[in-house]
Amino acid sequence: MNNETWVPSIKSYWRDLTDFVFSLREDGEEITLNLNGEHSLYVRINSSQVRQTTGVDQKALEVVFQRDRRRVSLQFDLSMDQASDKNLLERILAQARAETAAIPEDPFVVSFKNNGRSEQDFSGQFPPLDEILRNLTEETKGSDFTGFLAMGPVIRANRNHLGQDHWFSSNQFFIDYSLFTVNVDGENKAVKSNYSGRKWNSTEFQKNYKHAFDQLQKLKKANHSLKPGEYRTYLAPGAVSELVHMLSWNGLSLGAYKKGTSAFAQLYEGKQKLSPLFSVRENFELGLSPAFNSLGEVAPAVLPLVEGGELKNFLVSTRTSQEAGVPSNFSDINGWGQEYMRSPEVMPGTLDDSDVLKKLGTGLYLSQLHYCNWSHVLSARVTGMTRYACFWVEGGEIVAPIKDLRFDDTLFRVFGSSLEALTSHSVVEPVIDTYWQRRIGGSRLPGALLSGFQMVL
Amino acid sequence: MSTLTSSASENGLHFTSERWNNFDPTPWLKKWSLEADWVGLRMISEISQSRTVRNEKPEAIKWNLEEGLLIEVMKNGHIGYAGTSSQTPDGLNSAFQAALVVTRLSSKWKVANLPLSVRPNSEGSYHTPIEWKLDRWSLAQMTDFLMAACKAMKVGPEISQTLAEVTLTSTRSRYASSLGNAIDQSFLFTTMNFQATAQDGTETQRRSANGPVSRCFQGGLEWLNAEALIEKCAVIGQEALQLLKAENCPTGSRDTIIAPDQMYLQIHESIGHPLELDRILGDERNYAGWSFVKPTDFGNLQYGSPLMNVTFDPAVPGEFATYNFDDCGNPSKREYLIKDGKLLRGLGSLESQHRSKLPGVANFRTASWNRAPIDRMANINVEAGTTKLAEMISNMEKGIYIEANVSWSIDDYRDKFQFGCEFGRLIENGKLTKVVKNPNYRGRTLDFWRSLAAVGTQDEWEIYGSPFCGKGEPSQVIRVGHGSPPCLFKNLEVFGG
Repeated sequence: MNNETWVPSIKSYWRDLTDFVFSLREDGEEITLNLNGEHSLYVRINSSQVRQTTGVDQKALEVVFQRDRRRVSLQFDLSMDQASDKNLLERILAQARAETAAIPEDPFVVSFKNNGRSEQDFSGQFPPLDEILRNLTEETKGSDFTGFLAMGPVIRANRNHLGQDHWFSSNQFFIDYSLFTVNVDGENKAVKSNYSGRKWNSTEFQKNYKHAFDQLQKLKKANHSLKPGEYRTYLAPGAVSELVHMLSWNGLSLGAYKKGTSAFAQLYEGKQKLSPLFSVRENFELGLSPAFNSLGEVAPAVLPLVEGGELKNFLVSTRTSQEAGVPSNFSDINGWGQEYMRSPEVMPGTLDDSDVLKKLGTGLYLSQLHYCNWSHVLSARVTGMTRYACFWVEGGEIVAPIKDLRFDDTLFRVFGSSLEALTSHSVVEPVIDTYWQRRIGGSRLPGALLSGFQMVL
Repeated sequence: MSTLTSSASENGLHFTSERWNNFDPTPWLKKWSLEADWVGLRMISEISQSRTVRNEKPEAIKWNLEEGLLIEVMKNGHIGYAGTSSQTPDGLNSAFQAALVVTRLSSKWKVANLPLSVRPNSEGSYHTPIEWKLDRWSLAQMTDFLMAACKAMKVGPEISQTLAEVTLTSTRSRYASSLGNAIDQSFLFTTMNFQATAQDGTETQRRSANGPVSRCFQGGLEWLNAEALIEKCAVIGQEALQLLKAENCPTGSRDTIIAPDQMYLQIHESIGHPLELDRILGDERNYAGWSFVKPTDFGNLQYGSPLMNVTFDPAVPGEFATYNFDDCGNPSKREYLIKDGKLLRGLGSLESQHRSKLPGVANFRTASWNRAPIDRMANINVEAGTTKLAEMISNMEKGIYIEANVSWSIDDYRDKFQFGCEFGRLIENGKLTKVVKNPNYRGRTLDFWRSLAAVGTQDEWEIYGSPFCGKGEPSQVIRVGHGSPPCLFKNLEVFGG
């Protein structure tokens, strides 16, 4: 089955099967159904050669079942054999009824509503696979090109027994890649880039690759050695992204705040401040992901979270809203039970990209950070590593690449007292997460100039 | 196409689906092998149930059935994959054709010319030994146990949150190939998490049973000894209160004893990952990272002190990643990775061994039917030594003892690391003294392991694990197990919150 016929065939099957489930519903039962699907081709490239290819045809149907204020969810992979899938669904409903009969009441269960209907299908345009693979192999030879291509349609759909009905599909791709070289000290150096969209254009990819290749040449110089300490620092959008994504993990979740594990508790309580330059919001107008969540609730198109350094809103799911007694802003909850940002945008500043090095003067230019984790969540302190194209800058000029450093600093400094400027130009970063399934979405981020950033190892 | 069965104990903790367990690969292999040089089929059926109770109230019950087929195709010395959950003839043929076409096309640019010997023709089975099957407890009993665990942790008004969760996962993985492979392995995984959060004003401290996700075992409900676990939960609550009142961990260089429930992650991050041959070959460079270990280091590098002995051991009863065959059909066996501190062997599958010409192990593993196998850890263990924990403490003038992971971070070459832990106790003049909160430490891999000064004994050796070792493109998580006794490291850089 090709990508053009796959989406309509799944849509039709989904409608038939969900109608079947609703026909089995008994009085007092609430049912919401979610579908996460993909028809993907994954290609893994090492040094301009193909390491592995995997086609994935996946359709996971989740049944969220509620009765008497008790809730259970059951998910399975569709076999596309109607008799088999219907038989399993009957057994799943029997299990759900047994489960809800055996557990106490859940005081925070969310009764389902009809949150409306929506339908979006975005088609893609790709040349023959041979051309794409040639772009990624023969045309990148000599740059130690290593990367990951994901392409094909993804589906998110939601229906409930009250008539709510949302459908989103997008035939899209990304190639996330690194180029490697060895500098004069004999140390490996690399740059990172990606190219994504719904229409593959070989010329556009080649331009993207050429830009990364030109950057790679700057990494061939000898390393500039640095000791642990505090340095003026420019964080490129890729580095800002790593820190902003920490806010989806014990950061802007009201649930995390209520459980005493939010990094922004002190911000909310007025004991810490962020810079007036710093604003972050959920912005579904970026068009990178559907605004409906796993309950089919539609989030506001734009939701300010931090505005001018002040916390305006926590992310609040309806479940948390019921527990906390505050209104929901229809956030979704991740696998760890916390609200997370689905379409974050950090508002740009006024620093022109061409002035970044001059304004930095002497300090660190960090293009990417790696493996961030809270080192002390209540003080919003994060540790992580520098990675990829990171340079020492003197007098507004790049002097040399650096050896990787470990940082440990608090976001109250990074996006607060140390934040001197944000760039006027923002970069859209696609989500490249493929754990369990291809994720969709992305973020828009500027670069950030800091008066100091603490390096510890 | 498929047959569904119901068991007598349906609608309890025991729920089955035979949709892929009854799938006969033979006719498909016969048909598809006409077009490919070799075909392998992996049928996976995994049913997991996760039950969470928070503050003695049900928080979530989730069932997940992952069922599908992974098709492997060899063409022109290249192996490609397609995973599908579809069981219709059209769906199956379509997945095979997708694998065949892409494999044939991409073989023009393949990274290596793989021989058929990377898919050994093997037969056999493995089934997790289970003492207490899932039908031993009813749904109500499980819920009651989780609520009782929360109640036991609530030892005072400062305990603001209690959480108890259990995940039970039954997996069956069958493997067949056009050359006659016939492997049937089934597993039962039992994992649990108990944690108490104590709050006083702006201070919050969490204490858990050995860390939030480390109590991961292979086996049945025998791992859920309700009486013992509820006793442990009461201790967790008391220790959360102790942490709330404790001073911060001091900053400076200290001799440090690391408990097995933190050693597991130290082993994972600073031994397991850097020894993966696919990382050393560069496959992971765009995502998880490379390795500081060079191919020439095997047989030569003094990785740690002479007290350091590390094995790949897929045969430890109850450890999370015990199995008889990896996912290319390679029979598994125990191997020393590091002996007397010297690096001997990498964590590399037959494919990586062929590409690198280095010694490896049976560790080609896939997360599910929708991911290609790659080099993974399995059970990676620090072997027991001869120094009792009590002896380490009594011989220490000024040091610290730390337990249970909170935070972890390491660079893409697996060199510079930083870990945060839940619970620390100072050691002063040969005795454990006051509790300290937020014990953190950082260091560099080789310096750290070379500072290993004492290794605990076999009766102090404990197993932990993780269901969430992440790696690969597309990304996948795999179950890993790590065993260790308490270990003493000299002059570690420690600090507080």
